[in-house]
Amino acid sequence: MAKLLFNQPSPLETRIVSKNFGLESSETLDVYLANGGFKAFKKAKEMTPEAIIEEVKASSLRGRGGAGFPTGLKWSFVPRTSPKPRVLVINADESEPGTCKDRLLIEYDPHQLIEGILIAGLAVDAHVGYIYIRGEYRYLIEKMDRALEEAYAKGYLGSNVAGTGFKFDLYTHSGAGAYECGEETALLDSLEGKRGIPRMKPPFPAVAGAWGMPTLLNNVETFSAVPSIIRDGGAAFAALGTPKNGGTRLVCISGHVNKPGVYELPLGYPMMKAINEVAGGIPGGKKLKAVVPGGSSCPILKADECDIAMDYDTLAKVGSMLGSGGMVVLDETTDMVRFALRIMRFYQHESCGWCIPCREGTTWLRKILQRFYEGQGRREDISLLGELSKNMLGRTFCALGDAAAMPTISIVEKFTEDFEKYLAKQNKSELVTI
Amino acid sequence: MAEQVKLTIDGREVHAEKGALLIEVARQNGIEVPAFCYHQDYTLQAACRMCLVEIEKTPKLQVGCTTPVAEGMVVRTDSDLVKKARKGTLEFLLTNHPLDCPVCDKGGECELQDMVFRYGAGESRFVERKVHTDEKQWSPVVFFDAPRCILCYRCVRVCNEGMNVGALGVGNRGVIAEIIPNKHDHLECDECGACIDICPVGALTSGAYRYQTRPWEMEHVGTICTHCGDGCKTTLGVRNDEIMRGNNRDQTGINGEFLCVKGRYAFDFTKHPERLQSPMMKTAKGFEPISWARALTMVGERFSLAKLSHKKFGVIGSNHTTNEENFFLAKFARQGLETKHIDHHRSGDLATFFDALSGKTNALATADDVDKAKGVLVVGADLAQQHPFLAFQARANFRHHHAQVFTVTTGPVREDNYAAASVRVQKGGEVAGAESLRDKLKAAGDLVILFGDAVQGDALRKLIAFGDSLGIPVKYICLVDYANSRGAFDMGLIPRDGGMSREQMLAATDLDVLWVVGANPLKNAKLASHPFMVVQDLFMTETAQQADIVLPAASAYEKNGTVTNTAGQVQKLTRAISVMGTKTDLEIFGQIAKEMGLNLGIWLPDKVFAEIRKSVHGYDISPATLAVSPAPTMPLNGRVAALPGAIQSAGDTLFTSGSLSKYSHTLNSVMEAPGKLYGGER
Amino acid sequence: MTFSPELEKRFTALLTRYPEGRTRSAVIPMLMYAQDETGAITGEVIEEVARRCKVTPLQVDEVVGYYSMLHRKPMGKFHVQVCTNISCLLVGGEELYNHASKTLGIGHKQVTADGQFSLEEVECMGACSWAPAVEINYDFHHHVTPEKLDELIRGLRKSQ
Ligand SMILES: Cc1cc2nc3c(=O)[nH]c(=O)nc-3n(C[C@H](O)[C@H](O)[C@H](O)COP(=O)(O)O)c2cc1C
Ligand code: SF4
Ligand code: FES
Repeated sequence: MAKLLFNQPSPLETRIVSKNFGLESSETLDVYLANGGFKAFKKAKEMTPEAIIEEVKASSLRGRGGAGFPTGLKWSFVPRTSPKPRVLVINADESEPGTCKDRLLIEYDPHQLIEGILIAGLAVDAHVGYIYIRGEYRYLIEKMDRALEEAYAKGYLGSNVAGTGFKFDLYTHSGAGAYECGEETALLDSLEGKRGIPRMKPPFPAVAGAWGMPTLLNNVETFSAVPSIIRDGGAAFAALGTPKNGGTRLVCISGHVNKPGVYELPLGYPMMKAINEVAGGIPGGKKLKAVVPGGSSCPILKADECDIAMDYDTLAKVGSMLGSGGMVVLDETTDMVRFALRIMRFYQHESCGWCIPCREGTTWLRKILQRFYEGQGRREDISLLGELSKNMLGRTFCALGDAAAMPTISIVEKFTEDFEKYLAKQNKSELVTI
Repeated sequence: MAEQVKLTIDGREVHAEKGALLIEVARQNGIEVPAFCYHQDYTLQAACRMCLVEIEKTPKLQVGCTTPVAEGMVVRTDSDLVKKARKGTLEFLLTNHPLDCPVCDKGGECELQDMVFRYGAGESRFVERKVHTDEKQWSPVVFFDAPRCILCYRCVRVCNEGMNVGALGVGNRGVIAEIIPNKHDHLECDECGACIDICPVGALTSGAYRYQTRPWEMEHVGTICTHCGDGCKTTLGVRNDEIMRGNNRDQTGINGEFLCVKGRYAFDFTKHPERLQSPMMKTAKGFEPISWARALTMVGERFSLAKLSHKKFGVIGSNHTTNEENFFLAKFARQGLETKHIDHHRSGDLATFFDALSGKTNALATADDVDKAKGVLVVGADLAQQHPFLAFQARANFRHHHAQVFTVTTGPVREDNYAAASVRVQKGGEVAGAESLRDKLKAAGDLVILFGDAVQGDALRKLIAFGDSLGIPVKYICLVDYANSRGAFDMGLIPRDGGMSREQMLAATDLDVLWVVGANPLKNAKLASHPFMVVQDLFMTETAQQADIVLPAASAYEKNGTVTNTAGQVQKLTRAISVMGTKTDLEIFGQIAKEMGLNLGIWLPDKVFAEIRKSVHGYDISPATLAVSPAPTMPLNGRVAALPGAIQSAGDTLFTSGSLSKYSHTLNSVMEAPGKLYGGER
Repeated sequence: MTFSPELEKRFTALLTRYPEGRTRSAVIPMLMYAQDETGAITGEVIEEVARRCKVTPLQVDEVVGYYSMLHRKPMGKFHVQVCTNISCLLVGGEELYNHASKTLGIGHKQVTADGQFSLEEVECMGACSWAPAVEINYDFHHHVTPEKLDELIRGLRKSQ
């Protein structure tokens, strides 16, 4: 295993879920316990399930997987008293381009994740959990398995968690290469040993999820934030962020910045400050062209739209999303045709193929973009790209179709001049050859 | 009755059951919502996105196929937005579709073609290269052309859910996702062709039919399949007196959308080169063709002579000729030839069955009951192999109504896959096996019991006594093998009043005349005497080879009349073709009667049926009724006397059917392809 | 077919991990681990996994076609996966892939004649902030330059 070269922390961070990152042997249970680990679980054990859920609601924690659904509310949907046993599923599929944070949470602080899961287990009366980890993260599966082994060995998992009499079993489950398996219901099919095809909703997983059992599914970071919420109180977590956008989150900054990396920032953090100060600005003194605010699925922002606070509601107001926290910074030299093409190649490759608009739409869009990129573009292609994307939008079976359409629409509309440039170049070369 | 709700579709107020699917409610009210993947009998997919509709107060368009209706819903299926969405989806769909309609088998009956015609997207903005893969042959009868496939998953569902075979799946993902067969590059399955039928486009085509003709060049004749006792309706596509295909497009039969490999493909025995097309007479040099006139005269003369000198006649009738023919033959034998030695190959103990039921009403189940009863008990029969349609019904009942299905058999059967309980017994232990399920059966609430030849005589009486003792409504089906086994019994082709059974006739040393119609008793048996022998059949069977005169008969697909299925449902046959040189058995009987100067009445099917209505109990069915739907019979006619002779199932399988399957090229080819599906237990 | 004792142990553990009667859930992890040992998902592997998980071979076949990490043909001993998705693209991922292709003399999903290396252009693999990234078998390498990649490949060549 090659040594990982992760980025240096920034002094501008507010480190809550990442507070143990960088500690020597932070992945061990002993270090975790020495730094306040499992206090939250013990506290939660003394609380009623309703009180735990109330605390999570009070924290205004919203799902860190992409959709930003209020976590406490989601927990309250799980029928605790259903005759069927409840299952926890931890989404560690982390495949949204631009996103690389869950990886660190598992690598550096797996016991925080375990504690978060256990608290959720108390809240919904579940006694088993599966951590679905993408297949490419094999080394992480091994690390997680080691952490689980340690937790079992020391009595923090199994029939008598931390001596409280609470029973909980936790396992890892390997994916095998499929972005779509990050979508919660496709993930459940994959967990059941099937092709990762999304399911019809309703029934929602909370009611009938894995193997038809009530299932609570959250992202790794969402679960990882829970121990601090219970330990220090929901209100304290909420206060870090903006109204309805509680706490901090791991922002993965990549692309054209001097110090790309994963940084923990409070919600509502100014985007420009994140780019210029946290991530050290754009190399070579180049100008900002655009920002992908939260993973490749989010509508892209032009430089002049980036002077905003990074929280779910503000991003929604400018027509984009905070998504999965994958922030990709593009400088003025970026060729948006090439960028759009690469995005669409991704979605075409990852479309599960179940529904017509996504399967055929991504293929068609990719072909047009490819042709354009290769110098065979036609003027009408520019509007066609937008129209076809809109024909997909809101009409596909799951959100992957939207995820492919949204960035395309925004790129074509906001960076038409990049497409025009291709046409102009073509025209010139035509003149030369004739 | 379920709770009713009121909603508005396209400005019209409609009422529906709460929770019903919007697409169904719209259709029931005459509002067409287009769909590819939606199929009322199979699980919902919501994959094609054709059925998008606008629902007030919901921001996005919704799929009608999975949306349950609710009180006060306001739906638009005809707004510009909806029309644009449909057009958009079709445009997407056509991007990778080859548009080879002119050479496609499905041209003219393709749902995609129709949809484009109706909703637009005829011209495409797609100028890129299409994804192409070559056509594949998965079995002698199933071809798959991936580019034409629109991935509606109907074939996968019909195979999994409808047939319980699970031979089709989906491979790859995204735009290269495609339907795959269970053996990687070929199919090992029932070869029922349900996938081909249910395919809305020309992606799955039939090896027997492809590139032969265009749908509009054919005449489509609905008739009844001649291969087993279940009585499925099959629609034969006919061109120039040749049957080109069989399918169930016309889903008005008792079998709805179902057909098995035999119903779909095994019509090709009709054009087998060995088909007899001229009467033959045995001479010292072997068989020689003779004219019909001469043959009929000879038979008439020999019969008359024998009758005058009080010779001993034996008549063996058929279990796949029509009721009219059987009725006429029985009358011919009893009145015309004055013999009581009449029989046919019996494959179920109908005599004991009717006798044991005498006095009970409502004890005969129809095929429909197998799909409706809360419990289904199969005793001593391999339903999936020998009664494919009834097996389908039981499965459909399980899928749609959560019926409890039970099996009591000597070996594993396919029904075990979903059965609530399966009991394995030694041969002869069938009834005891059923009795061991007493509590479970009782709990089902009501029951249909299907039993095969393993249950006959006293065992059968015990089974019915057991049914009575359950204290719940119980109905029965006595499983018989051939297209008209039941009809042969009902029409009196049985050794009543001291007549000899089939076996006794063969063993008798003093038989003077043996008349065999549509049967092959000498396949594995010897004749003890040397009678003058007349055989009517399609082929030179083992029996025909020993005949003095062989008369070439028409098959079921070449005649009009009625047949009665194993559940006692009477259905109409409609002539699809005629084969030169042959005559229907009824006409042959009539001509012989004429030669003999007998007056047995007019030998036209309609006229004979009118007579049957008057004299056969349970068959008083008006032609009007018969024209539109199958009519169940009620042959509970008091006590029925016991009959001599053996009762034995033919042991046919999905791929065999009496003597006919030997002459079906298609059946023989698929037999080789799939190998043994069931581990060879039976 | 027989697997190594370690793999057998893993399979046994996998089959008990899921709720009663849900052995199908083990299909995907089993295929992944089996592939590591056998080099590819052959028909034999499919039959074997189907038997152990109590599903039909077709149900396993469907899964194999779906997941991009499952291969029906053996990849090289060292499977070099270069990400060219957006974050990597912006900092030279595509150039890196082209370079790898030239160095190894093979294209996407091809294997060198000696069976030592194979190459794959992959989608985002969660290394965006440390791009461009390469994964060789299951080992991640970050901030990879063409020179660094050459060095890696040289090292692996020597290691045999
Ligand atoms: C196409 C698609 C891919 C997704 N990929 C991921 C993923 O890799 N990881 C993740 O946590 N959520 C992913 N999601 C979001 C999940 O569906 C789900 O909303 C989330 O895991 C719920 O957890 P949360 O509430 O904690 O965010 C994806 C959604 C879609 C539509
Ligand atoms: S939008 Fe459709 S094809 Fe695309 S991933 Fe979702 S279900 Fe599959
Ligand atoms: S019929 Fe509704 S999506 Fe296909």
